[in-house]
Amino acid sequence: MSYEEKRAWVYAAVAVVVPVVYAVTMFGRLAGTDVAQISYALPLLIAAGVGIVANILTTMLIGAPKGARHSDERDADIFRYGTHVGYFVLATGVGGAFLLTLAGVTHFWIANALYLAFVLDALVSSIVKIVAYRRGF
Amino acid sequence: MPKPTKIANSLRYLRFTSGEMTQADLAARVGVTRQTIIAIEQGRYSPSLEMAFQLARVFGVPLEEVFQYPDAEN
Repeated sequence: MSYEEKRAWVYAAVAVVVPVVYAVTMFGRLAGTDVAQISYALPLLIAAGVGIVANILTTMLIGAPKGARHSDERDADIFRYGTHVGYFVLATGVGGAFLLTLAGVTHFWIANALYLAFVLDALVSSIVKIVAYRRGF
Repeated sequence: MPKPTKIANSLRYLRFTSGEMTQADLAARVGVTRQTIIAIEQGRYSPSLEMAFQLARVFGVPLEEVFQYPDAEN
């Protein structure tokens, strides 16, 4: 498995684990509480920050191969393809958050819809990259 | 599942007839990763025209001896 494919797996894993932990935390607070009263900003920022740091640390941990190229035009092509597909997911998610804003729902749902859009972007783009590495591109 | 590319290649044969050159050696000479050579050999990736010419140059053969494209749709 190439270094860039490993990075795609790491990205996908982080895009699943961190949001799931965040969602479990939030669902615990949702029970029997008015969403307008829930303090979500700090956990959301922590989840976003942990996701970024986890990606950086895990990528450092797997380490680029020494003495050989770890990235080439195929990796660049697959990266572009995955990012391109992820863009549509992100745009759809942001569009959903925009509609929530127009509908006047509480900030809690708008902020979490945006977070979900970024998470799905990361997850879908990673999966597309992994499939491209495995099945061909 | 259909193969992602219809372009066939003779890389494995050419490596074998060039002193059993390894995939790693070929990758180093063209400046790509070994995984990319594997993907090309297995028909999972069509290289750019520039990389195709570089591969042909390594073996000292014309491009069409390395890559082939079927004449008609099957």
